[in-house]
Amino acid sequence: MSTHTAVLTAKEAARKMTTRRLGLWLFFLSDGFVFGGLLVTRFYLLGQARPHLEQFLGLIVTAVLLVSSFFMNRAEVSIAHNDRKSFVRNTVITMLLGIVFLVGVVGFEWQLAPFGPADGTEGAVFYMMTGMHAFHVLTGVIFLGFILRNGMRGHYSAENHWAVEAAANYWHFVDLVWIFFYPALYLIGTVGG
Amino acid sequence: MKKFFSLGLVRGLIWQAIGTAAGMGLLGAIRALMGLPWKTEPAMVFGGVVGAITFLAGIGTMRDWWHMALGKPVPEAEEVHETPGGARYFGVSLDHKVIGVQYGFLSMITLALGGTFALIFRTELAQAGLDFLNYLQFNTLIGMHGMVLIASILMGIAAMANFIIPLMIGAKDMAFPRLNAFSFWMAVPGTVLLVSAMFVGGFETGWTAYPPLSVRGPMGIQMFFLGVYIVGWSSILGSLNLIATILMMRAPGMTLFRMPIFAWAMLATSIISTTATQLIGLSFQMVMFERLLGMGFFDPASGGNPILFQHLFWFYSHPAVYIFVLPGLGVISELLPVFARKPLFGYRWVALSSMGIALTGFLVWGHHMFTSGMEEYLRVPFMYSTLLVAVPTGIKFFSWVATMWQGRLRFPTPMLFVLGGVIVFLMGGLTGPPSGTVSTDLHLHDTYYIVGHFHNTMFGGYIFPLFAAIYYWFPKITGRRMSEKLGKAHFWLLLPAFLLQTFGQMRIGLLGMRRRIADYDPEMGFTFSNQLITIAGFLVAFSVLIFFINLWISARKGEVVEGNLWESRSPEWQIPSPAPLHNFAEPIRVVGEPYDYGLPNSRYVETVRQPAGD
Repeated sequence: MSTHTAVLTAKEAARKMTTRRLGLWLFFLSDGFVFGGLLVTRFYLLGQARPHLEQFLGLIVTAVLLVSSFFMNRAEVSIAHNDRKSFVRNTVITMLLGIVFLVGVVGFEWQLAPFGPADGTEGAVFYMMTGMHAFHVLTGVIFLGFILRNGMRGHYSAENHWAVEAAANYWHFVDLVWIFFYPALYLIGTVGG
Repeated sequence: MKKFFSLGLVRGLIWQAIGTAAGMGLLGAIRALMGLPWKTEPAMVFGGVVGAITFLAGIGTMRDWWHMALGKPVPEAEEVHETPGGARYFGVSLDHKVIGVQYGFLSMITLALGGTFALIFRTELAQAGLDFLNYLQFNTLIGMHGMVLIASILMGIAAMANFIIPLMIGAKDMAFPRLNAFSFWMAVPGTVLLVSAMFVGGFETGWTAYPPLSVRGPMGIQMFFLGVYIVGWSSILGSLNLIATILMMRAPGMTLFRMPIFAWAMLATSIISTTATQLIGLSFQMVMFERLLGMGFFDPASGGNPILFQHLFWFYSHPAVYIFVLPGLGVISELLPVFARKPLFGYRWVALSSMGIALTGFLVWGHHMFTSGMEEYLRVPFMYSTLLVAVPTGIKFFSWVATMWQGRLRFPTPMLFVLGGVIVFLMGGLTGPPSGTVSTDLHLHDTYYIVGHFHNTMFGGYIFPLFAAIYYWFPKITGRRMSEKLGKAHFWLLLPAFLLQTFGQMRIGLLGMRRRIADYDPEMGFTFSNQLITIAGFLVAFSVLIFFINLWISARKGEVVEGNLWESRSPEWQIPSPAPLHNFAEPIRVVGEPYDYGLPNSRYVETVRQPAGD
């Protein structure tokens, strides 16, 4: 990927980059339908009711995930300015925040929730939505692991860091999904019986 | 023997078997460590997932991506040199033409398989009473007939798109050649899993897999879900790739409204399949989890709502029929001007009508649920949106008729199939409104009338155009043309046999024959019609057999044709047949309108002699 890009003319390279970006955004569009389907499921099955969840924990994990996007953006901007040190630092912070989020949701919220996945529609909706989202966060963390490794080895530069851009956009996308999931699970409606 | 094992396909299948066994063993071991007893169903599902992944890894579709992830240099796809020859059709190739043919092979195999299932249960239905199948076998066969053929159609579309689109828009390859190979090879383990559903207990639900029956029935449904899920992802990634290709890789001068019309049809189709497919995947995944973990989405016994499944399912599965027919209608619009020697009437309208069908298609899914207990206030809106689809479809029909009007028509085999497609699709179109209107659908729902209507749309919108496309573009693949004699025999057997079959189906449907039942009361008086349908079904199968024989003979001994056999203006016919390795030896440029047949001095493409600065 890196060695051969130089062979292409600047115009071809720019076109290739646009094509890649289009591909990535089409993937987001497609994946967005999964999350859209889950939101529909939530409102169809639970309506105005919402599951009984730990409000404080939810607030913390949401804050953690939102803040992680800030550091993700820092990392991308850093590599775009050839600042590798800052890139590594910010990527590590993003990954750590992502892992804190995962621990918060899977490690705590899943244990604290008063229902299991087999306990009616509440359990089904809650575990499916958080599970699907956590799976995406996990893949995001793995993706960041790869770009961290390659970044530390100096594979990225201001001109050549498509993988970083893709990982960062993916991270923001998964973050954006949570912005819809958090109110759907924690805020909208009233806790039923 | 060593050569046999060096084929990627064989290696992949061996890896899939190993992976499945390992996955089953692993899950069993984990459960044993947790002190839980052996359970076959979760082990099979987990094994199936692992097997699909090991297939893809074993065949080598992910090697380059793994190298990229580790920062190793990977050649650009255009720089990969593949040894020509038959072997590369059985392993990972990045060439869109090879992938197109691979899709074609798989599509034909699944077509034959799905058709055979139909012959088996049609034989059962030739007489009242249960003759040689039991209920579970019958139900499994109708479900497999539906889903295997849906997979076949998706692959057939991918075959046409992969082979033709890059050639048509003057590109060297697809936008993402590695993703393209990956999408195809995903479909192989997906198909294996789908078919394996028959051997691990079958299922009772038909292809729609409605819960709560699918939550409670035998285990085969899990393999069915898994297979569809993987084939669905293959379709999603393939269509994503097509959108990127059509939007980004066109030759200079080819604006969107100067694209061949087939590219428009594929663009519209791909927009549906990239997005809506996720919903069938999601709904099937939810039933899988409901069975495995007891999550109560759809089973009323655990608080769920089966109507939700139908909403999610039909949100894909209705637009899916537009995924199936849009490329076929595109083929009709593409071929008619060539054989009528006239411009395509209303090019822009036809192009936008594809988009119109695609977008309206997202708004009509509820018409499958008029009788299912869906919210009643949704019925009439869904009826109107459904009938709205007739508008863009009507535009296409007007365009076809006007294109043929006063044309200098020629009737080689591809043209016959185009005309057959128009006639059969018209039947499908005319029988649609009664099914889409609430008052009539309440009577027609779940009868054989719907079966007849549906087969009309599928044959008119996909099967006939697919055959037309194969007869038409076969020389581009092999450098030989298909036998006209066998082709005409194929057509003149298929068309009347098929019409007899669907008219028979609609007739018995109106007389009260229910769909998806293994048995019927001889007192109903449609035993004879059922026998006719079965005979017609066998004739359809026989005509397809002639087609397969034609493929086989023509690929080896057909008349050699190198040039522009059909006198088409489209870019793919301006290069020699079979299409050379990197498609266009010299870059091309679009300088005119695509379908100005018969207009003096009009040109569509010209070769850029000197590679210019850009």
